[in-house]
Amino acid sequence: MIGISHYLILSGLLFSIGFIGVLRRRNLLMLFFATEVMLNAVNIAFAAIGSYYGDLSGQMFAFFVIAVAASEVAVGLGLLIVLYKKYGSLDLEVIANMKG
Amino acid sequence: MYEFIAFYVFAISTTILFLITVMSKNVLYAMTSLAAGMVMISGFFFLLGADFLGVVQLIVYVGAVMALYAFAMMFFDATKDIKEKHSNPALVFLLGGLMALVFVVIFSAPIIGENIEALYPVGGAAELVANAYGPGMIAGNTHDVGHILFTKYLVPFELAAVMLLVAMIAGIILAGKKMDHSLTTNDDEYEYEDEILKEESK
Amino acid sequence: MESLVYIALFAPLVGSLFAGLFFARSPKNILVGIVTSALIGVSFIASAALAVHVAEFGAVQVTMMNWIDAGDLSIPFGFLVDEISVTMMVVVTLVSTIVHIYSNGYMDHDKSFNRFFSYLSAFVFSMMVLVMSDNFAGLFIGWEGVGVCSWLLVGFWYHKEDKTFEENPSISPSWAANEAFIMNRIADLGMLVGIFLIYWNTGSLQYDVVFDALPQLADGILVAIAIALFIGAMGKSAQFPLHTWLTDAMEGPTPVSALIHAATMVTAGVFLIIRANPLYSMDAVAGVSMFIAALGAFVAFYAASMALSARDIKRIVALSTLSQLGYMFVAAGLGAYWIALFHLAAHAFFKALLFLGAGNVMHAMDDELDIFKMGGMRKAMMGSYIYMGIASVALAGLPFFAGFYSKDAIIETAFNEGTFIIWGILVITAGMTAFYSFRQVFFTFHGEERYKPLGFHPHDMYKYVLIAMAPLALLAISFGWFMGSFQEFITKALPNYEMSHTTHHWAWLLASIVVALAVTGIVIAYKKYAGKGAKAWKRDEEFEQSFIYRLVANQYYVPKFYDEYIVQPYTIASEKFWKLDMKVVDGTVDFIGKALYKSGDVSRGMQNGNLSSYLNWMGVGTLLLILAAAVAVVMG
Repeated sequence: MIGISHYLILSGLLFSIGFIGVLRRRNLLMLFFATEVMLNAVNIAFAAIGSYYGDLSGQMFAFFVIAVAASEVAVGLGLLIVLYKKYGSLDLEVIANMKG
Repeated sequence: MYEFIAFYVFAISTTILFLITVMSKNVLYAMTSLAAGMVMISGFFFLLGADFLGVVQLIVYVGAVMALYAFAMMFFDATKDIKEKHSNPALVFLLGGLMALVFVVIFSAPIIGENIEALYPVGGAAELVANAYGPGMIAGNTHDVGHILFTKYLVPFELAAVMLLVAMIAGIILAGKKMDHSLTTNDDEYEYEDEILKEESK
Repeated sequence: MESLVYIALFAPLVGSLFAGLFFARSPKNILVGIVTSALIGVSFIASAALAVHVAEFGAVQVTMMNWIDAGDLSIPFGFLVDEISVTMMVVVTLVSTIVHIYSNGYMDHDKSFNRFFSYLSAFVFSMMVLVMSDNFAGLFIGWEGVGVCSWLLVGFWYHKEDKTFEENPSISPSWAANEAFIMNRIADLGMLVGIFLIYWNTGSLQYDVVFDALPQLADGILVAIAIALFIGAMGKSAQFPLHTWLTDAMEGPTPVSALIHAATMVTAGVFLIIRANPLYSMDAVAGVSMFIAALGAFVAFYAASMALSARDIKRIVALSTLSQLGYMFVAAGLGAYWIALFHLAAHAFFKALLFLGAGNVMHAMDDELDIFKMGGMRKAMMGSYIYMGIASVALAGLPFFAGFYSKDAIIETAFNEGTFIIWGILVITAGMTAFYSFRQVFFTFHGEERYKPLGFHPHDMYKYVLIAMAPLALLAISFGWFMGSFQEFITKALPNYEMSHTTHHWAWLLASIVVALAVTGIVIAYKKYAGKGAKAWKRDEEFEQSFIYRLVANQYYVPKFYDEYIVQPYTIASEKFWKLDMKVVDGTVDFIGKALYKSGDVSRGMQNGNLSSYLNWMGVGTLLLILAAAVAVVMG
């Protein structure tokens, strides 16, 4: 029998992978991918906990996370396109213009 | 046993696919592996008995979101490899590894709240289904989800709908303007009609 | 009667506020002088009316409001007008009125005319609070109030530079003001301790409650309270070893010296002892009382000896004040409280007169103080000469003048108590007093006109000023005649003190010894200093080099001792501590500031505008938070 810990550890690992991506990537599009990975990792944890406690709240949360992710992608991609029009690149090194 | 095998297959494949997503230099590879990974994740949802969530994952994520990425990719040059400066990769992996370690330690520890009571238990719609379709009909996950979603979570559901609408409009506005201009070829004669862009370009 | 009490108390405050609030920045306005003088006069009339009332119907006690009411502590703003305080009130307001009028003339040319009157009236108000309060807290407020006003007035000419003067290498009004204030601070600490002890042990600060509770207290406590209060009195009344400020306070304007440093404030110490007579007449504190008397006798002699050689006209008067304060303490210490109060009042009149006369001389001589440069001025300044003559006679204690009765009573008391050493000292001092006061008079008004070669053109004070001084002169002559009625009046509030039969029997002899000595002193002074032509006084350089002369002229090197063994080590220590402070305290503060600045400087590198590095930092933060959460869970 697969215990809840299995799902949670897997979720944690996937989250860490996404985290590494966020830290490592310099390209905005790739950063978006990394955040998607993190969101999915969290969804697994929600679904697993909800399932193991016989509570549907976990699944509900996962739904809303998916809804938020969809909106985020819609707005984010729009912004990316504007940025790309302006700079011709999505590299953060190029975009960085707020040097302190 | 099948559950066991299925879990590990899905687990290993998602991990590898997501690692490719994170490490790949090619956008197309990354996107493809991300989409594949999401399909695998829907497998977890089916394993957990969240059938509806699994289907939504497939439709929304793999279908809609990835399609959106694919279309967006058309604006960017996806064939080139992405060149990134990695200032200190050691630190990144140290942080990520530490985080993974912490999660593993936390989650492998015995969970304290073993006796949490479910607020909205699975099978809450059984009576409803029995009334509607006659005795003997089994209330599935979709029934339960629908029941909860349109009773307890009605307001957040509507809010989410509004949010999606707003996001859609925002996406159209942001991306839709000046569709008639090429982005990849540098057009010097291009005149900004948008005031913000005009000022920023100076 | 209540309204009279308030009028007497608050009229000076109104005057002070009038001068201070409306004319602080305006140029000299004669209206200020007139209004403040008039208000002090009103206060005097109210005080006099109260005196009549008290003599007929007894003490008046009013409580204006509750001041401190916290827990067990209840201190009202209450005022007690009994025989003691009404005597003080009349003396204070009378002298103040005259000094105010006098100041109109004396401060005529001063650009801070208005400010002066504001301070002077504020002083009178503080003094009234001091004498009228019915509890120790109110007394202390007045006590500090007169201290502050004294500081303001001594340092009135704060802009004057330091100058070398006689034994004092560097003195200026602001220096003298600070010295007076700091010395009084030292003494006030003692006083405050005494007040705390009283409250601690009796649970109240009201005079009547405290004095009723005294017999129940342990002897040690009583002695401690008596000593602590006397330390306060020593500071205010400039008793040894806290006496040096009084002569230096002469840097202030002369009316201030007359009012504060002769007639009123310095007598506050004596007043405190008289007020606390139930304490000081207890058997348990007999030792302290004896010490007060002994110290008084010592100071009387000590100050008189310094006055013998002083050259500064104001310092001579100041030292004689010191000496007379010693007499008062002798009387108070020996239990003859009413005699002390009697001498206090008499002294206030003739000493104020003497000071104002000296002020006239100064005014005429363009603020020259050195009596060696004066002489033969009686032609130019007849009025002042008469006044100073009267005051000096009264001070010397010749028969039928005020000083004779009061001082003689003190000397008789010393004899009566069997303290013959004190008696002897006082008798000798009386002779010295006569000598130095007439030395000053003869130096100033008789002999060669030494001022002429120096180019001075003395002229007497304004007429109205001289007329205003007349009441003081009258009282300096006649106050002693009312000794009997004063005794009858005051002994309702103070324990009576009668001479024994033996003393009474020998009284005429005792008096004649004193008078004989006084006359001898005057005669010597006359022979030495009043001559003209061939008999004129010459400086005896050889004598001035002798050890005794130098010892006396340098005030027994006490100021020098203070300077070298207290002030200078303190300065050095202060500098050390200052450096320590710079290093440790300032260093700590600077370190915090610099550390913050440095940390900002270092962490500024984070703000490089690159979103990716921001994300990295955010990642570090997230990780830390998760770690913290994990630790919190593990710790339970």
